[in-house]
Amino acid sequence: MELNLLDFAAVLATMTSLAVIMGRWLARAFESKNHWLVERLSYRALGVDPGERMGWARYGLALLLSNAAMMALGYALLRLQSVLPLNDLGNPAQSPDLAFNTAASFITNTNWQSYAGESSLSNATQMVAITYLMFCGATAGVAVAGAFIRGLARTSSQDIGNYWVDFMRVLWRVMLPLCFVMALVYVWQGMPQTLSSWTIATTLEGVRQQLILGPVASFETIKHIGTNGGGFFSMNAAHPFENPTPLTNTLHILSMLLIPSALTVTFGLLLSKKRQGWVFFGAFLVMFTGFLALVYGAEQAGNPLLTRAGADQVISSTQPGGNMEGKEMRFGIADTALFVTTTTGATTGSVNAMHDSLTPLGGLVPLAQMMLNCVFGGDGVGFINLIQYAILTVFLAGMMIGRTPEFLGKKIEAREIKLVMLSVLVHPASILGFTALASLWPDTGASLANHGPHGFSEVLYAYTSGTANNGSAFAGFNTSTPFFNTTIGLAMLIGRFLTMLPMLAVAGSLAAKKTVAAGPGTFPTATPLFMGLLVFVVLVVGGLTFLPALALGPLVEQLQMLAGHLYS
Amino acid sequence: MNDLNLSNSVRESVISPLNGLFWPCVRSAIFVVVVTGVIYPLLTTGVAQRVLPQQANGSLIEKNGVTVGSAVIGQFFTDMRYFHPRPSTTMGPDPHDAGKMIAVPYNAGVSAGSNQGPTNQALIDTVAQRVIDYRKINDLPANALVPVDAVTASGSGLDPHISVANAQAQAARVAEARGLTFSQVQQLLTQHIEGRVLGLLGEPRVNVLILNIALDSLPVSADAAQIIDK
Repeated sequence: MELNLLDFAAVLATMTSLAVIMGRWLARAFESKNHWLVERLSYRALGVDPGERMGWARYGLALLLSNAAMMALGYALLRLQSVLPLNDLGNPAQSPDLAFNTAASFITNTNWQSYAGESSLSNATQMVAITYLMFCGATAGVAVAGAFIRGLARTSSQDIGNYWVDFMRVLWRVMLPLCFVMALVYVWQGMPQTLSSWTIATTLEGVRQQLILGPVASFETIKHIGTNGGGFFSMNAAHPFENPTPLTNTLHILSMLLIPSALTVTFGLLLSKKRQGWVFFGAFLVMFTGFLALVYGAEQAGNPLLTRAGADQVISSTQPGGNMEGKEMRFGIADTALFVTTTTGATTGSVNAMHDSLTPLGGLVPLAQMMLNCVFGGDGVGFINLIQYAILTVFLAGMMIGRTPEFLGKKIEAREIKLVMLSVLVHPASILGFTALASLWPDTGASLANHGPHGFSEVLYAYTSGTANNGSAFAGFNTSTPFFNTTIGLAMLIGRFLTMLPMLAVAGSLAAKKTVAAGPGTFPTATPLFMGLLVFVVLVVGGLTFLPALALGPLVEQLQMLAGHLYS
Repeated sequence: MNDLNLSNSVRESVISPLNGLFWPCVRSAIFVVVVTGVIYPLLTTGVAQRVLPQQANGSLIEKNGVTVGSAVIGQFFTDMRYFHPRPSTTMGPDPHDAGKMIAVPYNAGVSAGSNQGPTNQALIDTVAQRVIDYRKINDLPANALVPVDAVTASGSGLDPHISVANAQAQAARVAEARGLTFSQVQQLLTQHIEGRVLGLLGEPRVNVLILNIALDSLPVSADAAQIIDK
């Protein structure tokens, strides 16, 4: 127990120091006037002018169109799997709707998977389709965050940077070098990295065991550093080849938190408002710690129904105890709880345990974090989502004292608030709207793996995960039907672009404004008071919007579990 | 406020939003796939195969020239002479009817968890049955609580480890089935406990395959051999 708490503290302290280092590095990448040689070669290959200044609309279009081209290429490669090399197992190509779902899922940084990786993809498509799209989605997300911060920093300016420069710098200076080094650490710890697809072992009891191999380490790095989350194997980071030791588990966690936490530092540096950056970091951390405590407490307390069946769930020096259904022994309860909180906070969607088998309150945590979508949040977008809530907070504070709200020295006016509200409302509208539709859909019952309130949680989780671009699942729920493939696919695209583009427009709008000097009526935003208020607004807006849905799912199920009521 | 211009020779953009974006977007897709989808994984594979070939090829364990498994992937044991792993819910094709899927524990070809929720009747019934079986196999009293990892399925279905408590509860049965003394098995078990990484990360645990390989190479003691003879 004490060791577990020490484990949490050590990981969060390491995250904080890494955030400082990476934050500085990112600030330099976004600001530097010098192009590296590889970057200049990249601009030449693309035929673009790195000196071009882009307004928010052109920047957004470059993002949208290049992502569309990448998604189309990924789709084509998935469809061509049967004629590509490195397909020793002879897996057929994905069907058109499945390939569409996969390509949309990976380009939007969601990484929802309607397929089992090890039994349906070849090593070629794992590399050129999946690894590729994971790089694209994550790099684009960080690039947009850079432009967004630049927009906040600039005054009376029409441009927010150059998309190609931001993209290539994040790719060459952050993603590729980090992934390469980390991949070798992962191999050292026991992750395969080979082009051969499988090997056969004869077990001690004489049974034939087929082991699936492949370029796993190079896949896992970008999966976590890029807050992507799609698995090489069906069971994702619970699979020993994707997550062989407690050390790789911790590195996965630190990788996921790296860029989302670092962006608060980058923000502080680029705006010369370091305190403000730490206030945002603090807001992230407060929410994260609260959710971690909830899921750890719930999973360690376990399921009373298992004790009644004869299982010993008490923690001791020889066993972790708790609810071990769907969890791996090497991670136990504590490192699983930390992973659950991280993967849904940082909207990665990688899982090291089956979320469907979490206790009701344990399962509420990933749901709630994806609904709030800004407990660190995904690469780039998490920070943008928090700023969206920060603008909402100064607006509400301004309403209370009857003054025009200001944020970072800029007046917040009707246009910004309209765009922020569009982004704030799209998220619950997509989640709750699609969940309501699916609840009425006649065939939904046949897809459920569990019934009663847990069945409703499965549906709610699917659309929350899709809209939040998370990708984790209550995976017993069978979504490979045309209805679910389509609606969850739409939720992913809506969740990605209808929140990112309005916020980019906010950045463009703020960049064009003059800075106003802080007066006596200005609400200071670099204070613990503002941090508290911000967390409050996030929780109240999220709470009011989603509480009824959560009450129908996990909260009812918790009461039923305690009352010993089972569903078959 | 400092100006964040990207280059000194900046050219004011008077271009309409869409103008000239088509080909750069198409080229970016192709350029990035070559760099991140081909060069990066191949380079990583090349270095890993040269520097860490054992792990890069799946941490395979050989015994008398035969590959008996991977050090990081669990396998199924039912023999009373071996320690048993955690329950696994992986499936595989029925050998008698290829179109049908049946339970094939520790099928490393398709990882799978149960995905059963906490109030699922089937989960609770399955656990209750596993508890009964575990007590019977290991000769435990009828009211003994069983370590939770011994009766719940892992997430991957391929968990290579069991808890120390689970291993200890099996030690007497393994010793008896092998004709070893309890202390011999206990000693070997203690040697095979993997601690927390840096004293902090993960859980103390026992790798079932590696422990069972060590058991197979243990000489049978004279005392135990006599007991067997009788």
